[in-house]
Amino acid sequence: MGNTLRKFNQVKQSLLEERARHYDEAKTVIQVGSATCENAAGAEDVRAEFEKLLKASGRDDILIRQTGCTGRCSQEPIVGVFVPNQFPFKYEKMTVAKVQDIFQQHVLGGQPVVELILDKKTSILYSRVVTFSSLSTVSTGLPSKWAPIFQERLKAQGLPVDTIRAFTGGCLGLYPAGEEGDRVGMMVFPEKVIYAFSTEQELDQIIQSHFIENKTFESLLVKVDPLINRFFSLYGDVAFFNKQTRLTLRNSGIIDPESLADYIANDGFEALAMVLSKNDPQYVIEEISRSGLRGRGGGGYPTGRKWQDATTSPDPERYVVCNADEGDPGAYMDRSTLEGDPYSIIHGMALGAFAIGARQGYLYVRAEYPLAIKRLENAIAQCREANLLGTNILDSGFDFDLEIRLGAGAFVCGEETALMYSIEGKRGQPRLRPPYPTQSGLWGHPTVINNVETWANVPVIIQHGADWFARIGTESSKGTKVFALAGKIKNSGLVEVPMGTTLKEIIYHIGGGVPEGRSLKAVQTGGPSGGCLPASMIHTPVDYESLQQAGSIMGSGGMIVLDDQDCMVAVSKFFLEFTQDESCGKCVPCREGTLRMLEILRRITDGRGVMEDLDKLERLGRLIQKTSLCGLGQTAPNPVLSALKNFREEFEVHIREKRCPTQKCSQLIKYEINPDKCTGCTLCARRCPVGCISGTARQPHVIDQERCIKCGECFNVCKFDAVNKR
Amino acid sequence: MKKIKLTIDNTPVTVPEQTTIMEAAQTIGIHIPRLCYHPDLSLEGACRICIVEVDGARTFQTSCSTEVREGMTIQTNSPEIRQARRDLVELILDNHPQDCQTCERDGQCELQNLAYTLGVRERLYEGERKTFPLETSSLSVIRDSEKCILCYRCVRMCSEVQGVHNLTQMHRGVKTVVTPAFEAPLADSVCINCGQCINVCPTAAFQEKRFTDEVWAALADPAKHVVAQIAPSIRAAIGEDFGLPAGTPATFQTVTALRRLGFDAVFDTNFGADLTVVEEAHELVLRIKKNENLPLLTSCSPGWISYMEHFYPELIPHASSCRSPMTMLSVLLKTYYAELKSLDPKNIYVVGIMPCTAKKFEIFRPEHYTATGQPFTDAVLTTREFAWMVKAYGIDFTKLPDNDFDNPLGFSSGAADLFGTTGGVMEATLRTAAEKITGEPLRDLNFTQVRQVEGLKEASIKVGSQTLNVAVANGLTNAQTILEKVKAGKKQYHLIELMACPGGCVGGGGQPYPSEGRYVLDRDLIRLRAQALYMIDEKKKVRKSHENPFILELYENFLGRPGSEKAHHLLHTHYTPREPRGIK
Amino acid sequence: MTNQSTLHPDVVAFIEECLGREHPESFLMAVLHKVQDYYGFLSQAHMYEVAQRLQVPTSTVSGVSTFYHFFRLKPRGKYAISVCLGTACFVKGADNILEAFKTELGIELGETTKDGLYSLENTRCLGVCGLAPVVTINDKVFSQVTPQQVPEILNRVLSQDTEKTAPTPA
Repeated sequence: MGNTLRKFNQVKQSLLEERARHYDEAKTVIQVGSATCENAAGAEDVRAEFEKLLKASGRDDILIRQTGCTGRCSQEPIVGVFVPNQFPFKYEKMTVAKVQDIFQQHVLGGQPVVELILDKKTSILYSRVVTFSSLSTVSTGLPSKWAPIFQERLKAQGLPVDTIRAFTGGCLGLYPAGEEGDRVGMMVFPEKVIYAFSTEQELDQIIQSHFIENKTFESLLVKVDPLINRFFSLYGDVAFFNKQTRLTLRNSGIIDPESLADYIANDGFEALAMVLSKNDPQYVIEEISRSGLRGRGGGGYPTGRKWQDATTSPDPERYVVCNADEGDPGAYMDRSTLEGDPYSIIHGMALGAFAIGARQGYLYVRAEYPLAIKRLENAIAQCREANLLGTNILDSGFDFDLEIRLGAGAFVCGEETALMYSIEGKRGQPRLRPPYPTQSGLWGHPTVINNVETWANVPVIIQHGADWFARIGTESSKGTKVFALAGKIKNSGLVEVPMGTTLKEIIYHIGGGVPEGRSLKAVQTGGPSGGCLPASMIHTPVDYESLQQAGSIMGSGGMIVLDDQDCMVAVSKFFLEFTQDESCGKCVPCREGTLRMLEILRRITDGRGVMEDLDKLERLGRLIQKTSLCGLGQTAPNPVLSALKNFREEFEVHIREKRCPTQKCSQLIKYEINPDKCTGCTLCARRCPVGCISGTARQPHVIDQERCIKCGECFNVCKFDAVNKR
Repeated sequence: MKKIKLTIDNTPVTVPEQTTIMEAAQTIGIHIPRLCYHPDLSLEGACRICIVEVDGARTFQTSCSTEVREGMTIQTNSPEIRQARRDLVELILDNHPQDCQTCERDGQCELQNLAYTLGVRERLYEGERKTFPLETSSLSVIRDSEKCILCYRCVRMCSEVQGVHNLTQMHRGVKTVVTPAFEAPLADSVCINCGQCINVCPTAAFQEKRFTDEVWAALADPAKHVVAQIAPSIRAAIGEDFGLPAGTPATFQTVTALRRLGFDAVFDTNFGADLTVVEEAHELVLRIKKNENLPLLTSCSPGWISYMEHFYPELIPHASSCRSPMTMLSVLLKTYYAELKSLDPKNIYVVGIMPCTAKKFEIFRPEHYTATGQPFTDAVLTTREFAWMVKAYGIDFTKLPDNDFDNPLGFSSGAADLFGTTGGVMEATLRTAAEKITGEPLRDLNFTQVRQVEGLKEASIKVGSQTLNVAVANGLTNAQTILEKVKAGKKQYHLIELMACPGGCVGGGGQPYPSEGRYVLDRDLIRLRAQALYMIDEKKKVRKSHENPFILELYENFLGRPGSEKAHHLLHTHYTPREPRGIK
Repeated sequence: MTNQSTLHPDVVAFIEECLGREHPESFLMAVLHKVQDYYGFLSQAHMYEVAQRLQVPTSTVSGVSTFYHFFRLKPRGKYAISVCLGTACFVKGADNILEAFKTELGIELGETTKDGLYSLENTRCLGVCGLAPVVTINDKVFSQVTPQQVPEILNRVLSQDTEKTAPTPA
């Protein structure tokens, strides 16, 4: 099997040589985001402008490259400028107009345009950035005291404090929890070195050597490559990323998603080459089992066990499937991975296929993601070309190929049996289980279905080992989880954190909290299958069990932040409208039950609710949970039941007082004219579409509440602030 | 097989492995309520009514699909389960018309029965109800989507058993509707009118197109000479509708009932069957002699004929040109009988009492009209419609005296009775064809090789020096299997009997709804009905069609000989490919 | 079936290719996507032909095409306006944007303007939640839309259209 490694090195060599022909580290690189979200924000125009300017400049030592979504969506388009031997910088909310400045000043002139830098954390440019982080995989609280001490020491030494930034970072994940003792990690950029120390004396030694003598202090140096913090060195100092631990998203926003060579240059397909040369499928299954990886699609089933299940059948024809039918209507981490790092998914699937003995795999992708489909098609073609897919992969004798199948807009196809029917060209309706797909899946053959995030984790686990991976996260939930943080949050975007990180850390430390002047009301996780946790539960750690105990679920990673302006009844209704519309119609409780629940919620938001309705909602909700055929039906009532549990008084106000405290439920809003303020200008009466406002000119007007349709027109047009809305 | 020990409702149970919880409960006398389940169809798991509580399971489990495991503890009737079942049935009812009293299936509706037994006495969740127009385009089957509770038994029947794939689910969620492709009217679809959707429907979402009003009107019209003919399988099944044990022959009470209803004469479709045998055997012998268009495919089942026209038009030359026994008899009633009785054929009103909904379609095929533009058969009533008329009239069926058919078109051989069950046409034809081929009387009349109720049987039968390869298929998926073998051409078949309905006419789409405790098309029930027919055959003196003295007389006085020009003109027909083309 | 095809030769060629592969019936959705790419929607005539060519029961084609919301059974306007109603867009007021389009165009969700220019649709999350609320018009994404911008967006679309009319249906 030595051939396989030799073959891989040949493939790698030729790809890297090809890459080196137009890319080397001596060149300045302009990196423009290219993803659905980036393009929506205008990235294509920005890139065209850079190309125009570059052509005009006649420079051949400057490159324009593309990369996938970095997850910092609300600040897009994002452009990175990498000048050799300088800190990298990313610019936010790029427009064609800004391109000129950045090109002239930074790309050509070497001076970053400070006011356009992503997240504008800095008004000055640092010469060095130092982060103090936990060496293990859990936050210990230890590192936080060191940043101020470090700055004091610098000052004492007469060093320029203003140009050396120091702060507390996330977790380095270099040791199992507890093994680091009282030591903390100290990363220094741009040199990208990590020290481990525990005393002030040691810190002084590091300062003396590194910051005064400009020499690496070897004896306290950590020599392990911290894969998970690599992001910093390529992305610069951005608070949003500094607290994250990026495994799944390790290449998103870093590599060119249309360049296999870029992926290879970033350790791509090393794991496959290693595994094929070992030629031991069981080894792969055991590593995945030992790593503790669980399905990231929502169910949390242990991935290794699933793979093992598929190998117990005597049927030699087996399949692997990637569920890329991201259905939660508020989550997009899979799209980002598909668009930003398609190779990792292909790589993961190839490893899984080898482990279970499959020769064919399917990628089931939402048709709503055309760019993801294009990138996958390109990646598959390149992998075939490089003999990383197809027959006799890397001379190992292992055959494996992939086919893309498109979904067509059915949420339920995220359910594995429905997804299989859809791949088979049928209506995507779930079927009874058992038999489970690992026993009888596609066309009756054993089939392993994992989602995008799960597959993307596989290569790093195999490459870095189960033990390394198992250090990250909690006892029962290993590794990291990507969340799509959205809603009423300052920094919306993709966030990847170790399992066990609290909601608070995600929302406040990474997300920057709710917008000014508002207060956090609830966090919705798990999308239409999940629940709403009140602000009081913000200390809940995110892992499978904790979220479930709290009354929500991990789900696929949607995380919607709600503030005091959001109505929980309306939010419950929103989710139920979704699941009711997406119900496949097969089983009675989901089909009929969600309809009746929705009718009740509509009654409540229309002011026709009665108190017994709440009991009926709960009774129907429990019925649907207990008796539905598939997981989606069983979880459909969750958003309503959790809102009822945590925000019951809000429902009661809607029913008893016929009032929506947040004024979101239009039928419950009451418009009244304040006679003290009304000048009798008659504008509202003239604009009212149903003519329910009466009064004579220059006299206060009155709204006939019986006939009012709550359109809000009077409120909008009144120039004297005389129309009250409540 | 390994035995599994478990506990159901605190009672220890031991059953073989792979038994379902539903089956295991039955062994200790607990009937778990169910709705979408049918033993001959794939598991759907749609209705959720048969849920039970399994210790350690997060959700309730459907007992139809869950197999027993060692040490399992099951509650079939915990308060939670009872409430859940009740609520599920209410949810179904809430989206179902509230017209039970005027509904076709009042009293025979599975949903109504469940609502009663599960104790739905009030409505908690009522809201909007779906509305659909009644679909009445078909001559056989009416579709009422408002009554459909989406159990998908019909969809499974139509595709899994019948291989027609006409019914499907369109749209999704609460908008789901069971319909032919693109919500086309049944009349414009590949529907073959077999009526099995009616049979398996738990409510009245499918019903036969009723002819009772027309028949009542004809009976009340003094100008009309109203005659009835009853199909072979009616006698084996009708008793069930009046509480007689399944498999009780009721030929002569049926005749009496018809006379009480006011029919001027009562004939037996069996006579048509005897005639069919003679004509078809003649056709077979001829084709064997010429070695052309073999195998001969039987043509009695109108469901099969439509299926062939939609799905296998290329096999039309193989089909027997014989009209069905019913139509042969109707033709004779409006020609031979009219002459004998000096009646104007226009005044003769022929009613077929049939186990079949496709017969309602058959009578309106243009090939089966008289020269003056009347259908040979004026109306077809299913067994169910006929039984309803008897009840409506107030006739106490079980107390009726026996009464015999009118002649010359009422006497039949035992072979004719067999037409009512799968394999019967084959056996009857073999009795005649074998004697024709060998010229010698058969020693054993019973061709037991073709008798079981299995869906597909093949046999090689020695007839003199020849071996006839024959096959019998019932249910069109089985028909498809054998026809694909024919098309593959690996084996030479001589005669294939094809029946659209499972079990043949005894399992027809117009037969009585099953009595309590039985499934529609229950194998055991089909077998009992078939046994009744074999019993009648055994008891008859004349058991070969060509020995029926009235048949001989008919040829002598009217038709000439089998296959004569007159016989051909009156008793034979032709087929045409139909659109839309079926896709298997 | 007549040999006269109503389908584009590329679609026919694609079906032929599928027939040569394993599980040809499993390509039904792929074929329907292709038909929709060419014609903008799935007509019954096309679906009948797909059924015949792919040898999949017509009822299956009808069941599949109506199960998946991505498949359109009616022609859409020259400009398909799709308002995202995902969670992030919802909490950022997507319902108001939908209302604004309804008012501006005078049509309901799922309808097309009489002149055939605009169709109003909705989508369940485009995965651009960071830029919520979003609207797409054909392939162009508009992000962080406000109801006030709606008339301007429509104007911008039309101002870039030299014809300003929808092609007359064949």
